[in-house]
Amino acid sequence: MRKMLAAVSRVLSGVAQKPASRVLVASRSFANDATFEIKKCDLHRLEEGPPVTTVLTREDGLRYYRMMQTVRRMELKADQLYKQKIIRGFCHLCDGQEACCVGLEAGINPTDHLITAYRAHGFTFTRGLSVREILAELTGRRGGCAKGKGGSMHMYAKNFYGGNGIVGAQGQIFEAYNMAALWKLPCIFICENNRYGMGTSVERAAASTDYYKRGDFIPGLRVDGMDILCVREATRFAAAYCRSGKGPILMELQTYRYHGHSMSDPGVSYRTREEIQEVRSKSDPIMLLKDRMVNSNLASVEELKEIDVEVRKEIEDAAQFATADPEPPLEELGHHIYSSDPPFEVRGANQWIKFKSIS
Amino acid sequence: MAAVSGLVRRSLEQVTVREAINQGMDEELERDEKVFLLGEEVAQYDGAYKVSRGLWKKYGDKRIIDTPISEMGFAGIAVGAAMAGLRPICEFMTFNFSMQAIDQVINSAAKTYYMSGGLQPVPIVFRGPNGASAGVAAQHSQCFAAWYGHCPGLKVVSPWNSEDAKGLIKSAIRDNNPVVVLENELMYGVPFELSSEAQSKDFLVPIGKAKIERQGTHITVVSHSRPVGHCLEAATVLSKEGIECEVINMRTIRPMDIETIEASVMKTNHLVTVEGGWPQFGVGAEICARIMEGPAFNFLDAPAVRVTGADVPMPYAKILEDNSVPQVKDIIFAIKKTLNI
Repeated sequence: MRKMLAAVSRVLSGVAQKPASRVLVASRSFANDATFEIKKCDLHRLEEGPPVTTVLTREDGLRYYRMMQTVRRMELKADQLYKQKIIRGFCHLCDGQEACCVGLEAGINPTDHLITAYRAHGFTFTRGLSVREILAELTGRRGGCAKGKGGSMHMYAKNFYGGNGIVGAQGQIFEAYNMAALWKLPCIFICENNRYGMGTSVERAAASTDYYKRGDFIPGLRVDGMDILCVREATRFAAAYCRSGKGPILMELQTYRYHGHSMSDPGVSYRTREEIQEVRSKSDPIMLLKDRMVNSNLASVEELKEIDVEVRKEIEDAAQFATADPEPPLEELGHHIYSSDPPFEVRGANQWIKFKSIS
Repeated sequence: MAAVSGLVRRSLEQVTVREAINQGMDEELERDEKVFLLGEEVAQYDGAYKVSRGLWKKYGDKRIIDTPISEMGFAGIAVGAAMAGLRPICEFMTFNFSMQAIDQVINSAAKTYYMSGGLQPVPIVFRGPNGASAGVAAQHSQCFAAWYGHCPGLKVVSPWNSEDAKGLIKSAIRDNNPVVVLENELMYGVPFELSSEAQSKDFLVPIGKAKIERQGTHITVVSHSRPVGHCLEAATVLSKEGIECEVINMRTIRPMDIETIEASVMKTNHLVTVEGGWPQFGVGAEICARIMEGPAFNFLDAPAVRVTGADVPMPYAKILEDNSVPQVKDIIFAIKKTLNI
């Protein structure tokens, strides 16, 4: 039996396009799930935290892997398109932080609501938009998710409120903490701590870098943001906490961005290349998941490589679309100023240039 | 011989707007130890747009201060420092972020000397890039000239070229009042010739005085910041058709030098205003209203016309963005319409 299985799998690993029989072999030679130990979270005002072990099913693992790889490849493609000047303006990439957006989504429901700042492409994807719509928005085309009007920092989806360009709200967050706690709002405040605020390290910007404690009266968790399972379990824990009516909770995800703050920041004047390389080689979130899955027989190296190939193709197709799709028509310049209003006229650069505004 | 050749070389010096602002700040930091600069990335990063390059290295932590990303917080700290007798330069990475701190600019800085019956001056400079850039979309492209120009107690300047930039930042720092300096990111890298006079450490451009960049007889074209360059381009094109435009660079939004504009309109009988900001309640609207209130109204042969940004949040797609800012063709069109050509 084993000899036959080995023979079959040898044949099949050389022939990649036979899904039916591969599934047959897969359900026999791969494990259905595996249990993993995850790092214990630091706790603030909590008696107990998320579990320190978790079960990962093969199906979930493959899905997370594919999603993280998609975000990774999408961001790298955006880097390329920006350097070709096909993407303009600001572009803040999240490669390195894939476990945060994918892990978060794995711990919440599509009916939950999410909002973030400008490093938003990953969340836009995990909240349900396609790579096509995202890249076409970055290139400013009519097929973009905001019809080309928003760009990198202003992408929206159902239950996803962007994409926002203005930060600098240190005081406002404490106001939000106060009201959320006062009114016991079911809100998870998340800090993706990637060690730097633009070009300034957290040590130079924060009197206390224990961000998970800074909700003061709000309980908090400090989470390994490079481990997608850790992020998922912490999110499940935090979501359950909120849903039980106890009020808000804070999650600090310790993570890292490989790129600079934005495409105009080389990212090496305030940190060393050695630091970046060290994170890449020791803590890359995609690598961590892959190693786990392969070592516990949840997937094979070849299978994951195939996913890589499929993802690359998806990104390539999306980039093609994003480059070939036409820009929005000039007539739409005045549209969508107001919602639910009758059409009116919008003034252009002088009183003789008029655009129609349709809600 | 060396002295003469040095002089000749100096008087032809090309200086970018960025370098001019840098020089202006450097000279004022050197001149008065109470002057200091604070803002995001101004010190160790050399400035997000490299405007403060080299200053931290030269003056150190006490004079060039990196702040956390907290505009309301550090603007408040800066205003307090000014009240206590220091002379802060508070940089907003762009003026879009000043909206986070606008209460400090208006209520703590602008109104205080008045509210205190003349007891408490606030010698502070708020500076940074203003208005549209390229592809930075709705939240990062707003022009704040009209908003800040609206407020008594504030002075508001808007440099176009290197001479403006250097002379105005120096005047702003020496002024004992809160001054908003609206720079322009797209102008930072543009080189201009700086006359030897403008290179001197005591060169100042007075606040509240406009400059006639180009003399003309047929029409007055008034503008501020980057669009001044577009007006000069339009004037060059029209000159070939026999239309001579007088182009005025406002330099200061508040207090507005309406007298220079009036004198020009009384000569040319026609007026077009050009700005990057939105049309409603804008700089051009104020100029038109004041012209009506003064002697120049009777000299107008046609209604005054405004060229502005389009009345929409700035779109991202290039074709839409291009049509949301005043272009040279829009200025030429408006001039010809006014002249009934």
